[in-house]
Amino acid sequence: MLSRVAERVYWLARYIERAENTARMVTSFHLVSLDMPKSVPLTWKNLVAVTGNDAVFDEHYQREDERNCVKFLLADHYNSSSIVSSLKAARENVRTTRDLVPSEAWEVVNELHLFARNNIDSGLGKRGRYQFLSEVVQRCQTLTGLLAGCMSHDPAYDFIRLGRNLERADMASRQIDVGAFRLLKRPEDDSPNPYEGLLWTSILRSQSGFQMYRQHVKRRINGVDVVRFLLQDIPFPRAVAHSLDYVRGAIERLPRNEVPLRLALQTRRHVLGADVDQLVKEERLHAFIDTLQQEIGGVHDAIADTWFALDKAA
Amino acid sequence: MSIDWKSYDPCPFYDELIAAPGKPRPVARRLTEYLGSLGDQELQVRKQAADHAILEMGISFTVYSEGENIDRAWPFDIVPRVIPKREWEAVQAGLVQRLTALNLFIDDVYNDQRIFRDKVLPKYVLNKARNFREQCRGIKPPHGVWAHICGSDLVRDGDGTLYVLEDNLRVPSGVSYMLENREVTKRVFPEIFENSSILPVDEYPTQLFDMLAAISPRPQDYPEIAVLTPGIFNSAYFEHSFLAQRMGAELVEGADLVVGDDDCVYMRTIEGLERVDVIYRRIDDDFMDPEEFNPDSLLGVPGLMRAWRNGKVGLANAPGSGVADDKVIYAYVPAMIKYYLDQDPIIPNVPTYLCVNEKDRAYVLDHLDELVVKPANESGGYGMLVGPHASKKQRAEFASLVKKDPRNYIAQPTLSLSVAPTLCDESLEPRHLDLRPFVLQGVRTDVTAGGLTRVAMRKGSLVVNSSQGGGSKDTWIVDEED
Repeated sequence: MLSRVAERVYWLARYIERAENTARMVTSFHLVSLDMPKSVPLTWKNLVAVTGNDAVFDEHYQREDERNCVKFLLADHYNSSSIVSSLKAARENVRTTRDLVPSEAWEVVNELHLFARNNIDSGLGKRGRYQFLSEVVQRCQTLTGLLAGCMSHDPAYDFIRLGRNLERADMASRQIDVGAFRLLKRPEDDSPNPYEGLLWTSILRSQSGFQMYRQHVKRRINGVDVVRFLLQDIPFPRAVAHSLDYVRGAIERLPRNEVPLRLALQTRRHVLGADVDQLVKEERLHAFIDTLQQEIGGVHDAIADTWFALDKAA
Repeated sequence: MSIDWKSYDPCPFYDELIAAPGKPRPVARRLTEYLGSLGDQELQVRKQAADHAILEMGISFTVYSEGENIDRAWPFDIVPRVIPKREWEAVQAGLVQRLTALNLFIDDVYNDQRIFRDKVLPKYVLNKARNFREQCRGIKPPHGVWAHICGSDLVRDGDGTLYVLEDNLRVPSGVSYMLENREVTKRVFPEIFENSSILPVDEYPTQLFDMLAAISPRPQDYPEIAVLTPGIFNSAYFEHSFLAQRMGAELVEGADLVVGDDDCVYMRTIEGLERVDVIYRRIDDDFMDPEEFNPDSLLGVPGLMRAWRNGKVGLANAPGSGVADDKVIYAYVPAMIKYYLDQDPIIPNVPTYLCVNEKDRAYVLDHLDELVVKPANESGGYGMLVGPHASKKQRAEFASLVKKDPRNYIAQPTLSLSVAPTLCDESLEPRHLDLRPFVLQGVRTDVTAGGLTRVAMRKGSLVVNSSQGGGSKDTWIVDEED
């Protein structure tokens, strides 16, 4: 398999996963915003913070209101992680690897890109937003299912799994970080936040994790448990540990894998070994996630160095 | 309302489907009856279905406009063009004959140059043939074949005769659209395929693979074949990717390949370096190998010529094949057929005046208002003068161009290109078209069943290029005896 092609399918998967995660996140925040009393201000800007693109946002917008934040996350071209940008990039990547992925996959990605572009206005308005976002999520899932069911589980597929799971681990850890930063920190007067449960539920929902959490944790929703669940629950497919497990599995099947494998295993070990209670109590969770983000970045760099760098392959 | 063939009048042009108002040609009777039964509204529904299928299948081509590369939906007209099988068999034989002679010629040019010694062709033509490559002298590619893939443009004149307008021996494109047009038509008009004998076109990718496999330097069952593309910004990128996909070949860019010290070509893969046996290159000679040709090319592979010359890799088409694309050399193809094969040409050339010959030049300069004047080494319809449509000033400009560099100009009578019914806005109207069949030559020679029909969508226009508002049609070779 060509190095360049490996890189493109890897990014295809990352961009699709990014679009899906962004759509999920905005959906759940949108829903929770409808539940909140008017008196409680919701900070949409937090969602922008999750994507790590605050600086770009600040360059283009002065008001951090719902309209601007949603537009930034869904539609803006100068946000390389917006849903529209991600889908466009995914389409470019699959367009240049059409010889490798099943042709139905190309059609799904192409149609998804067209769908997002043509219906973006209804996604921006409150009324059509839920519909728009769930359609994006559904179509991303269609692609994932189609690739799992119709594509040979060959190295190309391993790179897709690699991209998808690394992106998912990355996004999940960012969500935990932002949620934890806002919610686990007690206000000055030490009064409990009455909406804490609602907001944690929303974070779980954005990862489709609410039901799974209920079934597996069986306790009332509380921050530490949610963080532990989203970080360390191996059976839950959107948990960081689960995603890293799949990253490891994909890397194991690829040739010349020593460096990326070592880093992936190390990252996974750190995630599973973390004592979430302790981290929260000592207010070290943010620092921990920061390190985790760097480690995930390190796995990506090792993947790129090993398999994508054209001069190294020679 | 339904289509009324009596009110469709192609006069004064030759129409591919209709002999006279209300009188379809026998080969097109089923099609015209069927279309007539549909009604205007249903026809529009089918057209929308086709547009949707094209978008959904992602059939596109890239145009460069306003400083940007835009990926556009492939322009397609739903009304097929129909050719009787019997006529097509003669055309196929003619194309095989032509490409056989052309390959003998190219091989001769780079080796013994007998044809010049025997004074069938004047030697001067080589001096200014832009695509002649000194670097190819003395090379003997497998089976003596240089141009493995040829896309000749055919046009039909007012009296119904088919002519070869030009041969494209460098990197002819369009075959993927021929295949996709058929896919779309099958989705849109499945009913007609049930009770007509329309020859299938989808053998092409297999034939292409077999031809490429036959020029592998390592005879084996699974040669490593790669399609070399200049990249996603090339207007034919869709086709490069399509063909790689249909053949199960790797689609590579220059940066994916490297020539080793052993002169073998390797791809950079996730496993390390892997040897490539045959390259179907879709990059012009000039950009192919910066060591031997344009040193600034970033698209090519340094050392590729060396690898090919030493027989370590098969290249299709071989470098230097484009020498026969020169329009002065084109004028001599009938003579080549006679010289190499001792046969008469089956498909005629368009009569061609060589401005380099004094007598021809005088005639051309006297009749600029009737003739089409073309530069010898351009393709895609660039730098041409269409005499009858040109202004006085343009004709004067061309007169001085011709006088200044007569070797670089040829002239041909303005043909009255044939038309076919084409869905325009609400109704069917006659539009001009041409045809590009594809010929594959390796150990054996195969010709596509039909080819890519390109149609000028604007009324009266003769410009069929898709970058300039041209469209396309599915082309049916129909067996009437069935």
